[in-house]
Amino acid sequence: MGFESQPDFGTPESRSSKSVTLTIDSREVTVPVGTSIMRAAKENGGDIPSLCATDSVKSFGSCRMCLVEIEGRKGTPSSCTTPVEEGMVVHTQTDRLARLRRGVMELYISDHPLDCLTCSANNDCELQDTAAEVGLRDVRYGYEGENHLGTKPDVSNPYFLFAPDKCIVCSRCVRACDEVQGTLALTVQGRGFASAISAGQSDDDFLSSECVSCGACVQACPTSALMEKSVKQHGKPERSVITTCAYCGVGCTFRAEMKGEQLVRMIPYKDGKANRGHSCVKGRFAWGYANHQDRITGPMIRESIEEPWREVSWEEALAFTADRLNAIKAKHGAGALGGVTSSRCTNEETFLVQKLVRAGFGSNNVDTCARVCHSPTGYGLKTTFGTSAGTQDFDSVEQSDVILVIGANPTDAHPVFASRIKKRLRQGAKIIVIDPRRIDLVKSPHIEAAHHLPLQPGTNVAVLTAMAHVIVTEGLANEEFVRERCEWDEYEDWARFVSEARHSPEFLEAVTRVPAEELRGAARLYATGGNGAIYYGLGVTEHSQGSSTVMAIANLAMATGNLGKPGVGVNPLRGQNNVQGACDMGSFPHELPGYRHISDPDVRGSFENHWGVTLAPEPGLRLPNMLDAAKDGSFRAIYIQGEDVLQSDPNTHHVAEALKAMECVIVHDLFLNETAGYAHVFLPGSTFLEKNGTFTNAERRIQPVRKVVEPANGLEDWEVTQELARAMGFDWNYSHASEILEEIAALTPTFAGVSWEMLEECGSVQWPVNEANPEGSPVMHVGGFVRGKGKFVVTGYVPTDEKTGPRFPLLLTTGRILSQYNVGAQTRRTQNTAWHEEDLLEIHPTDAENRGLKDGDWVKLASRTGETTLRATVTDRVAPGVVYTTFHHPATQANVVTSDYSDWATNCPEYKVTAVQVTPSNGPTDWQESYASWAEKSRRIKAEAKAEPAE
Amino acid sequence: MDKAQRIEEISATHGTGQDKLLPILHDVNREFGCIDPEAERIVAAALNLTRAEVHGVVSFYHDFRSEPDPRPEVQICRAEACKARGVEQMMQGANEAAGERVRLKPVYCLGLCATGPNARVGDQLHSRLDEASLKQLIERS
Repeated sequence: MGFESQPDFGTPESRSSKSVTLTIDSREVTVPVGTSIMRAAKENGGDIPSLCATDSVKSFGSCRMCLVEIEGRKGTPSSCTTPVEEGMVVHTQTDRLARLRRGVMELYISDHPLDCLTCSANNDCELQDTAAEVGLRDVRYGYEGENHLGTKPDVSNPYFLFAPDKCIVCSRCVRACDEVQGTLALTVQGRGFASAISAGQSDDDFLSSECVSCGACVQACPTSALMEKSVKQHGKPERSVITTCAYCGVGCTFRAEMKGEQLVRMIPYKDGKANRGHSCVKGRFAWGYANHQDRITGPMIRESIEEPWREVSWEEALAFTADRLNAIKAKHGAGALGGVTSSRCTNEETFLVQKLVRAGFGSNNVDTCARVCHSPTGYGLKTTFGTSAGTQDFDSVEQSDVILVIGANPTDAHPVFASRIKKRLRQGAKIIVIDPRRIDLVKSPHIEAAHHLPLQPGTNVAVLTAMAHVIVTEGLANEEFVRERCEWDEYEDWARFVSEARHSPEFLEAVTRVPAEELRGAARLYATGGNGAIYYGLGVTEHSQGSSTVMAIANLAMATGNLGKPGVGVNPLRGQNNVQGACDMGSFPHELPGYRHISDPDVRGSFENHWGVTLAPEPGLRLPNMLDAAKDGSFRAIYIQGEDVLQSDPNTHHVAEALKAMECVIVHDLFLNETAGYAHVFLPGSTFLEKNGTFTNAERRIQPVRKVVEPANGLEDWEVTQELARAMGFDWNYSHASEILEEIAALTPTFAGVSWEMLEECGSVQWPVNEANPEGSPVMHVGGFVRGKGKFVVTGYVPTDEKTGPRFPLLLTTGRILSQYNVGAQTRRTQNTAWHEEDLLEIHPTDAENRGLKDGDWVKLASRTGETTLRATVTDRVAPGVVYTTFHHPATQANVVTSDYSDWATNCPEYKVTAVQVTPSNGPTDWQESYASWAEKSRRIKAEAKAEPAE
Repeated sequence: MDKAQRIEEISATHGTGQDKLLPILHDVNREFGCIDPEAERIVAAALNLTRAEVHGVVSFYHDFRSEPDPRPEVQICRAEACKARGVEQMMQGANEAAGERVRLKPVYCLGLCATGPNARVGDQLHSRLDEASLKQLIERS
């Protein structure tokens, strides 16, 4: 694809089903009611000059360039603000209009530097294009008068600059910030000639303002007033590739704009069905890690983890690895080998890793990082609805009336979807937030939750059961829906259970610390407020009752009939780009691709036939069990693709000991991550810009990832896995990711209709894609549940074993922040550190005062498992008794303190509840110091003999 | 009570809702003689608006100042009708009378075009001014 930018129709699309016919410049056109004259003209091949209009925001009518004449009407109305009418006769190009437009353009240009040839927007500038369209030939006013030339640019934002002299004050940036992003960080300051765009207040710059650097303003700017610094540096791109972002589970589609092998910028793609042309700071700007100096692009091996790394050829590395694996297998059996697939990698890569483990290693010891995030979602939703996935597409939120957010912080972790929630809230929908912290969706400009239930961490099930109690006992359940769609007997059992007095909000208040009246209000609103949609995150799953909580959520949705249509549903917000896909691809020890149990002989048979092997019929080990078994000596080799187990899994000490005990730890990653400190083989990985394949986002949308540049390490990740398989003696011959996708489709019923060609044609598709739904399934369970009848599961509240006491009186819960991503391997290696350079501990003012702590003090955070130090932020965002931190930085290693407790059904760790104590501190803990020196030692790379002195 | 608390109190007496922004800003401006960046932040938090939004409104209106100026203010109409009736010729004298002590502020129409030149001090309007009466008005303010 060339560089031509996507067409801009000036005003948003009208969704009306009625249409009108009018005449524009003697051409008859038919468009939906509510379309602007401007859009009608542009959709039909005409073009009306304009500056302040762009189709991502509402029309504004301030630039006075898009004037038209309408027969029978006086004056020259602006075409962006005038809707079409039946029989209208419009003239867009007349002498009178030409004179008016030229006059206005002359005024614009009289206060604009004429440095087009050296401007970073040269040939990509709407002001330039419009001046050409109106035929401006000279400017009569001169530059002697007052003007804005020579003003200094604001370069405070790491990724883009604001040059006020290039600004025409069309306010597209302000409106994009308001309407698209919903942050409202920008304004027009002053009036008249003095009007100027201002980020925040007069003493702010872009960085210090409320700006979240989503890039919507830069995208909307018609000139180079707001411009990516990378374009200023590299010049105008010359080609573009449509691909999918590799950060969170929203799965935004981007246009990677290239200049040769240089990525110049990432522009959100308007036709992306998950993001609809929007982006966040991570996907839009934080891609510099791909060329970071820390990236390792050649394979390395070492005999033991005490030695420095040795850089070797691919052949040597693969032979070394294959020999070790085969030797361990011969000596200790297939059960001593296992693998971990990555939710960061493509479906095809994940599929191959589990294939290598099952068909190559010969065990079912394969697990994925979803184990530690959304495994309870898989279990809970499969049990209740029959399928391990969210029920809606993201567009569904536009029809929601009540949005219930539980244990998720979308504005930080899923920012693009959060913007869509906020847009719907500004239109009048209500929001209920169940979260121990006062997240931005509880209260932030123009957003205020109808109810915030600040529960005690670990009491999700109690709160949801109390909500169910209110719904059932107050007669708010939708029994008609339940009778028709669910198992009625089970519903009756469940209704009896939740109706018991011991499940009333008043009785449970002592446990949950949620005021009963607030909880009753929330339950009534969800049950009776119209379309009710539930969105949840890891605050639900990462608990000892994670699976119960997911099922309790499903119960609520079924009892109120909030399923099976747009605007409602139960939706997990997936943390990583391909958590959904990794789970779909059979990454769990007990499930083959498509969530089919390994013990099913028919399913196993189809894979055995295709692969020409015999598969073990028993489920293998889960990741925590692999680590336990490693300490016992029965598990000895692990292949870890794209996951930093040491930093991301709970109880770091335990993980470190388990890794140390193994004979062959293979880390396949971009960087020498924390786990690599304990590895014997390092296989360099490729970034999402360097490979072909597919990601599946939180709405089950399978989206193509396209190679933008050649892999710096020489091989796409699936090729690395294939080479390893071949080195072990297996005859694998895939030549393109699409061939793996073909195999997936052949073996997995929900993917039956998916192919690379299909994705090329339609852009993306939501599974299931099969004979019944050849074009995919935006909303699931329409007319009936996948499992037949919806299943109510009685979910009793069981307090976690992780309890506070005199030594550890506070509860720690963990989460993410906007500018950083998970273990930070990528975002820490970008300029996103300008916003968040270290992990901070949020603590309530009362708890801080009791400990003599001030904002910014160093504190020691200790639990029964371990201790670390970090700095404190004193804030009433957290309730008294609760502290909060993020886990983005290895210097902090928040998981040193988290416990071994985990979900009863799936072993998903209980990250969200740890009893801790916080005390003043003046430096790093012993463990932090010893780890830092270990990490440094374990990263040594042996100097090559090749550096011989020149003769 | 410090200034921040007082501004919070003013905001609270008006209740919530975006339509309360201008009444609150008027009260703050009246009481403190200006709406500085800190005041903008407090009002923004009270009404659940962004700092930028409040700053946009404050900076739009000439009557809101970002820093205090305790000098008396005389507003002199410089719009077309008053110009036609000779206000420009009176300005030199007016500036001399004002000196540094009084702040003269041009305004554009006080709605008394038939009786110009016009001026305004506080809420009091003055019509049919000539050079002498304008000087006197400035000196007395």
